[in-house]
Amino acid sequence: MSFWLVLAVNSVTFGGLLFLLSAGFSLIFGLMRIPNLTHGSLFMLGAYIGATCVLGIGDVKVNFWLAALLATLAVAALGALAERFLLRRLPGDQLAQVLVTLGLSFMAADFCLMVWGGDPLNVATPNGLGGFVRFGVLAFPMYRLAIIVIAMIIAVGLWLLLDRTRLGAMIRAGVDDPDMARVVGIRVSQLFTIVFALGAGLAAFAGIIGGPILSVYPGLDQDMLPLALVVVILGGTGSLLGSFVGSIIVGFIYNFGQALLPELAYFVLFLPMLLVLILRPQGLFGRYVP
Amino acid sequence: MSRKFTRRKFMAATAAGAAAATFKFPAPAIAQATPFKLGLLTIKTGPLAQGGIQMEQGIVTYLKEKNYTFAGRKVEFISADCGGTPAGTKTKAQELIERDKVDTIVGPLAAFELLAITDYIAQQKTPCLSLAAAEDMTQRRPNPYFLRASATSAQAMHPMADYAAKEMKLKRIVTISEDFAFGYEQMGGFQQTFEENGGKIVKKLWPPIVTPDYTPYLAQIADCDGVCHGFAGSNPLRFLKQYAAVGLKYPVVTGETGGDDALLRSFGDEAVGMISSCPYTLDLQNESNKRFIAAMNKDYGVDPGFYCAGLYVNGQVVAAGLEKTGGKSDDKAALMAAMKSVSLTDTPRGPIKFDHLGNVIGDFFIRRVEKSGSKYINKTIKTYHNVSQFWTYDEKKFLSQPVYSRDYPPLKS
Repeated sequence: MSFWLVLAVNSVTFGGLLFLLSAGFSLIFGLMRIPNLTHGSLFMLGAYIGATCVLGIGDVKVNFWLAALLATLAVAALGALAERFLLRRLPGDQLAQVLVTLGLSFMAADFCLMVWGGDPLNVATPNGLGGFVRFGVLAFPMYRLAIIVIAMIIAVGLWLLLDRTRLGAMIRAGVDDPDMARVVGIRVSQLFTIVFALGAGLAAFAGIIGGPILSVYPGLDQDMLPLALVVVILGGTGSLLGSFVGSIIVGFIYNFGQALLPELAYFVLFLPMLLVLILRPQGLFGRYVP
Repeated sequence: MSRKFTRRKFMAATAAGAAAATFKFPAPAIAQATPFKLGLLTIKTGPLAQGGIQMEQGIVTYLKEKNYTFAGRKVEFISADCGGTPAGTKTKAQELIERDKVDTIVGPLAAFELLAITDYIAQQKTPCLSLAAAEDMTQRRPNPYFLRASATSAQAMHPMADYAAKEMKLKRIVTISEDFAFGYEQMGGFQQTFEENGGKIVKKLWPPIVTPDYTPYLAQIADCDGVCHGFAGSNPLRFLKQYAAVGLKYPVVTGETGGDDALLRSFGDEAVGMISSCPYTLDLQNESNKRFIAAMNKDYGVDPGFYCAGLYVNGQVVAAGLEKTGGKSDDKAALMAAMKSVSLTDTPRGPIKFDHLGNVIGDFFIRRVEKSGSKYINKTIKTYHNVSQFWTYDEKKFLSQPVYSRDYPPLKS
């Protein structure tokens, strides 16, 4: 009994982390049609920058949450620069975008190796969240439960942003019909930069939030990118609800698949992705894009 | 009859030499005047770079100590980054052997890299000293040009199991390790020795190499009094963190990659109490280890781990082998035989020699992670001396059983 409960709760927490990672990916792909293969690198870069702040530069040590904010802002700025100066030059050319973002991800990986070396960094769980929450006989790490709360807050925040603000309306217009949006006076190119920065920042935020669980190490980027791809393909691109539901589904498949069918762990993880691609290419909640 | 080399003769000889040089007389062929070429195959980019970079630091530290001179010959060092792929390793090995004409190769790091080049190095007759632990390289399919001064996968796990059963008095253990050959061979060796000493392996778990979250596996650890893990790279760090986070408290034992001294700078409190068995330990008090650690601290600002030390020892073996051949390296078979017959007393891992299959016989250290001030240390609590790859088993009998694998030895019901 407790075995199933632990797995179920863990599925939701892992799903929460995946949502933070994949929401940005989905937004970027939904609006800009850019398959951003640097997303894993942005996650890792955020984790490294955040971990460095937490562990201290010289004698200055930064609070975990402030470090998360700093990492988010820094990587968002980097994302904006990459969009403005690299990706904007390749509009609509998906092959070139894939190659450029893939190349960037290799460069980012070597950059991290150069700056931080190969040693894994250990990020301590933030103060006050190190303990356990007890449900009867069951103890569950408080930090993992905190991740669920954080993911919910971000999800609601993003929903309000996209659904209730002028900027959100503009982004949605850009997703639906960029040409028509331009005609009515929306500066879609500026929106692109904003959305890319937002997506990059979200990935970095996920990186540092995941730090206390995953630790930070070379290769983290390539470990996380496929998970983001599965979530987004499953849930549908450009759909916030899709990312959310997709993340939770992948969280469950990941946890129960590995526990019950360890030999087929990857098979079970990627099978739903294949089925969705064949039967419903736009994803569970995505809209069909011709 | 003694011949004294007087000042006068010296002057005459010098003058003659100078004259020879000035008049461009054909110089007499001086044996082995060319530098000895030492190639390193390592990984400096990608996810496995951590160990690869440490390997290079280890060998460079030794070369510096010897002033780049082995047995009176200048050593030319060529480092190649094979990127952690079998194809890359093959390409780089070919470059080193055919273009750079290296006399000996140290590295590569991983078994899958070594397996890509094992036939090639035998065919090219180039001695290769690698850390790759694949058992059969020195057991059922030995390569005459391969030498291993570190350990086979199970070599550290046999004493670890002996210690877990006899001194820790553990009875029921769950093993967990990456789902690949190095993991199988480590856990297989542990299981064999542990069960012979009255213990029982109750479950074997095999997460994939890339497992961001181990919780689904940790949830299956129960009904035991200890856990043995065989993780490598940065995985031990993540595994231990998550192990502590789900509230598991069983004692943890592991091998050389799981308790590597180089990981100590990344570990947190969750590692305290973990027991590991390793062919190298930072706290071994001998001359070469002190020298080695001091040089590593000075040049790189870090304490060395098992990968660094492994390459440092490889350097010592090459130097001692070359000493034995009188600096000659043309006859590769003779050079290989010389290296294999090397017996060193002062290496950072203690005394070593090789068995007839080219694998090391040396000391293995059982250590416990402890906290000392703000640092974590591995404190040696027992040393097993002169451990061979066959542990206490008869070689013939050991080689007649299948190589340790996912299902060998099988779980007892």
